[in-house]
Amino acid sequence: MEFAELIKTPRADNVVLHCPFHLAVEGTLCLTGHHLIFSSRRHDNAEELWLLHSNIDSIDKRFVGSLGTIVIKCKDLRIIQLDIPGMEECLNIASSIEALSTLDSVTLMYPFFYRPMFEVLEDGWSSFLLEQEFELLSSVTNEWRLSCVNKEFSVCPSYPPVVIVPKSVDDEALRKVALFRHGGRFPVLSYYHKKNGMVMMRSSQPLTGTNGRRCKEDEKLVNATLRSGRRGFVIDTRPLNVAQQARAKGGGFEQEVHYPQWRRIHKYIERFNILQESFIKLVEACNDQSHNMDRWLSKLEASNWLTHIKELLTAACLAAQCIDRESASVLVHGSEGTDSTLQVTSLAQIILDPRCRTIRGFEALIVREWLQAGHPFQQRCAQSAYSNSKQKWEAPVFLLFLECVWQIHRQFPCSFEFNEQFLIMLFEHAYASQFGTFLGNNENERAKLKLPQKTMSLWSWVNRPEELSRFQNPLYEANSLVIWPSVAPQSLQLWEGVFLRWNRPSKFLEEAEKERINIIKYNKELQARVNALRRRLAELEVVEVPGEH
Amino acid sequence: VENVRLLDRLSSRRAVVGTLYLTATHVIFVENGSETRKETWVLHSQISSIEKQATTATGCPLLIRCKNFQVIQLVIPQERDCHDVYISLIRLARPVKYEELYCFSFNPKLDKEEREQGWKLVDLNEEYNRMGVPNNYWQISDVNRDYGVCDSYPTEVYVPKSATAHIIVGSSKFRSRRRFPALSYYCKGNNASICRSSQPLSGFSARCLEDEQMLQAIRKANPGSDFIYVVDTRPKLNAMANRAAGKGYENEDNYSNIKFQFIGIENIHVMRNSLQKMLEVCELKSPSMSDFLWGLENSGWLKHIKAIMDAGIFIAKAVAEEGVSVLVHCSDGWDRTAQVCSVASLLLDPYYRTMKGFMVLIEKDWVSFGHKFNHRYGNLDGDPKEISPVIDQFIECVWQLMEQFPCAFEFNERFLIHIQHHIYSCQFGNFLCNSQKERRELKIKERTYSLWAHLWKNRADYLNPLYRSDHSQSQGTLHPQIAPCNFLYKFWSGMYNRFEKGLHPRQSVTDYLMAVKEETQQLEEELEVLQERLANLQKSQSGNNKVKSKQQDRSKQFGLYTSNNSLANTPQEYSNDLKSFPSRSPSQGDEDSALILTQDNLKSSDPDLSANSDQESGVEDLSCRSPSGGGCLPSEDSGKDSDEAVFLAG
Repeated sequence: MEFAELIKTPRADNVVLHCPFHLAVEGTLCLTGHHLIFSSRRHDNAEELWLLHSNIDSIDKRFVGSLGTIVIKCKDLRIIQLDIPGMEECLNIASSIEALSTLDSVTLMYPFFYRPMFEVLEDGWSSFLLEQEFELLSSVTNEWRLSCVNKEFSVCPSYPPVVIVPKSVDDEALRKVALFRHGGRFPVLSYYHKKNGMVMMRSSQPLTGTNGRRCKEDEKLVNATLRSGRRGFVIDTRPLNVAQQARAKGGGFEQEVHYPQWRRIHKYIERFNILQESFIKLVEACNDQSHNMDRWLSKLEASNWLTHIKELLTAACLAAQCIDRESASVLVHGSEGTDSTLQVTSLAQIILDPRCRTIRGFEALIVREWLQAGHPFQQRCAQSAYSNSKQKWEAPVFLLFLECVWQIHRQFPCSFEFNEQFLIMLFEHAYASQFGTFLGNNENERAKLKLPQKTMSLWSWVNRPEELSRFQNPLYEANSLVIWPSVAPQSLQLWEGVFLRWNRPSKFLEEAEKERINIIKYNKELQARVNALRRRLAELEVVEVPGEH
Repeated sequence: VENVRLLDRLSSRRAVVGTLYLTATHVIFVENGSETRKETWVLHSQISSIEKQATTATGCPLLIRCKNFQVIQLVIPQERDCHDVYISLIRLARPVKYEELYCFSFNPKLDKEEREQGWKLVDLNEEYNRMGVPNNYWQISDVNRDYGVCDSYPTEVYVPKSATAHIIVGSSKFRSRRRFPALSYYCKGNNASICRSSQPLSGFSARCLEDEQMLQAIRKANPGSDFIYVVDTRPKLNAMANRAAGKGYENEDNYSNIKFQFIGIENIHVMRNSLQKMLEVCELKSPSMSDFLWGLENSGWLKHIKAIMDAGIFIAKAVAEEGVSVLVHCSDGWDRTAQVCSVASLLLDPYYRTMKGFMVLIEKDWVSFGHKFNHRYGNLDGDPKEISPVIDQFIECVWQLMEQFPCAFEFNERFLIHIQHHIYSCQFGNFLCNSQKERRELKIKERTYSLWAHLWKNRADYLNPLYRSDHSQSQGTLHPQIAPCNFLYKFWSGMYNRFEKGLHPRQSVTDYLMAVKEETQQLEEELEVLQERLANLQKSQSGNNKVKSKQQDRSKQFGLYTSNNSLANTPQEYSNDLKSFPSRSPSQGDEDSALILTQDNLKSSDPDLSANSDQESGVEDLSCRSPSGGGCLPSEDSGKDSDEAVFLAG
């Protein structure tokens, strides 16, 4: 195995591990092809730390005499420090970690080697098929159809093989529309609002260019989603000037003259490197050890992270409002339609659709609106906030989405079936995982890598009853209503569960969560006991009754 | 005055028309039209400022800011009416005599005995006994019997046994306003104590033998330790400046075995301005995230909160971990000293984290030791420079601790908010005047009611569902994280944006859990009944009993289901104030109970809630700025209109 070549020193003794809020521990460090393993035999209970190499974002090494110190910064934002005696060992280990954590071939990643220790009850790869989704849709409307136009990924490489489109538009028209949209991402159905039959579509920008090219089929497709006489809204996630500039590069936006039934709203959402920089600055601020209160707030402000959260939530609320309150259909797009577009469409569904607030429904949402919709996870999540490399494809787009869900969760703590841990788990797995779910940039790549055959799906693991119980919100009471979050600065908070997770003592908060669970659990137990007794009594009384009269 | 418009702060489009009434005690706004005729009641004593703004085409705007952070914007059609209202309110909001305050006319229809019982709820003698004094080291001193030594101290003060009357009096002469060192908290476990005083009149070189003996006596009262900390809670520069005025701080050379320590908490003027700045940020109309964070930082408020916490943590650590006694002072020893001593006590002793204990703590460190409630909270018309949110800061420190230790406190956030409210409301006599002496002269206990009894009666509303007396967080000393901890201090929107319900979480975990716990209790009772019946049934067959209990069960069952349903479908009913007084619904009877409700802002928050609540969606609109204002569906026009205005502007 070629990993062996990368591991010059597979094992080092007398290594000291420093973790925040834990006493330093001495033990043995082992490197394997995919893990860094630290084990200490102190006390009776041997402590072990298993760290996926792919979770390592960056490492620093320094020496004091012959004692080497490696600081490992992880993609889940954790920082650990290893003191390794012996300069050579330390150098070897550092270079091995560096090599193993930056493998450039996907097929060398851990998911291809991971063998689950659990019995697979349900294969997650086929848990959320668009066909099932369409079946649900068909029970309420017959205006839509499943199209296999993209079967070979030939029309749009970043779309799944099947998509839902208006019934009145045939595959031939779709092919033409695809040529008129960036990356072939023609408008497809994202969400159907049962309450009033309004829909949310998503696409990429139209390729109008400077001379105002138009595409009759595109106009027809878009208009097919409108009820007669009604208007719709195009939510463009770029500011007007950016959209205008895009024309010079062949892109553009829907012009009023050609789309008279549509009103365009530009709602700017930051993208790519700006978000990545913001992420890096925020994490820096959170790790700042100084005692100065003022610097903390100004650093938090300067990171602009919460500004992005506020803008994203506002855009999603706007989309939801157009659908639910204005009874208008909505088309969402930015440039490529693979980032901010998906943030908006998926958050709007959280607000509008109670199903998306269940565990199963939220998983389906992520599969549908992120994985199948072609969010380039592999590019975006290649590095996290500690990366030194200035690659331009990384961006915490998915993390921002998860945080917005958390913000809504915080405002409606009883309306979600899952808890904060569930969101944090998704964040972790998007960046480093033993499962193949978040590998690849779209369904096309996943199919080529044969991920469903060669790797395990995250959902196969998560949806096992024993795992699910960790992610359930004890306070959940199904809430069938639309939930409108507040986007005022006073209502938005830093997501401590992710950003301060390793810098704050969590004991007291965990105890509180345990207490909450116990209160609910005890209540349910009593309910069960009371019901059982009632039944028992009822039976006894039935027997008694004849005797009474 | 009729046809007055009450504006929604966040959206000028959403205004209600109604009639404004001024009574001897309240400003009342009654909404026209709607069947419910919503009312907003504001106590005159809550009014902090009134601003008459330039007349516009629609009328004359009047802005009323309240001390409980409510902001009311009215537009009065006639300029003359507005002026009259303005002039009357200015007079009414600034009473000159204590007798004008609401507590002297407030009558909750309790008889004399109940009133006396109420005042007895918190008994400081009992409290000192609980702490373990008097004992071999500490005794009660009657030196201040008739307030002869210090008129801002209580009559009964605990001092070290070895401190004779001569030493006490001598020391008092060497201390600002004669506030000599006295016991605030005694730690039974290790004899360490927290004492408090004012600054010494040391100037550049003055000494006082008795004062030195006094500190020595405090040290001797803790035989386990060979020194005491003297903590000056002022910034060093301020303390040094005081020396020029013949005051100052202890010189370590003159006192044997003291360790002197400055902990820089700013003075009341800095704090007043800081709060002012923070409230300006809270009042911003649709601020951006940067506006808000920048404004919050610029106000310095959280930095000050942290400074107070740090001081409390330092003292608690000295007492609990080092077993060293601490003498705390600032300038006069009635503001920062009270804050710091009470924070330290709260950290040290789980009793103060119970509902009753917290009342005792405020009574001990604030009321009895002469915190100048009247001056600080502007109950009577006075010098605006004396006003400062001193106890507000302490209350916020408690909230910050509650956030860090969710299971450690028996009470919830609502308890803190209501105490803050009543410190300003003057509805109860507890916080009147500047000292115990003044309160005794006014015969407060005979003429007014105690807030503690009122809160105690409604304690079910103030419980923290996560609190268990046997939980590890409710034992022993709390150890807040010291560093890095900046991010642990958060903006308290529940207090400072208290009346903007739209900003708060729409579902309250606390209320939800309390409802579950209540249900659990009912289930426990039912279980017992059922088990008993089962036993009876198995033994014999008695028919009568059965029918009766069956009915009982049904009614219980019904109660359970309704409570669950309301939780699931209309979360907004769980926002704070509607739930806060469930045990005192107006249907309970007499006029006065209705009046109490209004005092507690049930009424005033009502329009807020109803304006935002939307039965169709079950939740409030997008940060109160959605087009579809009231409960009805949006009209096409207004909706589209606001879409642009609201979201595009942002």
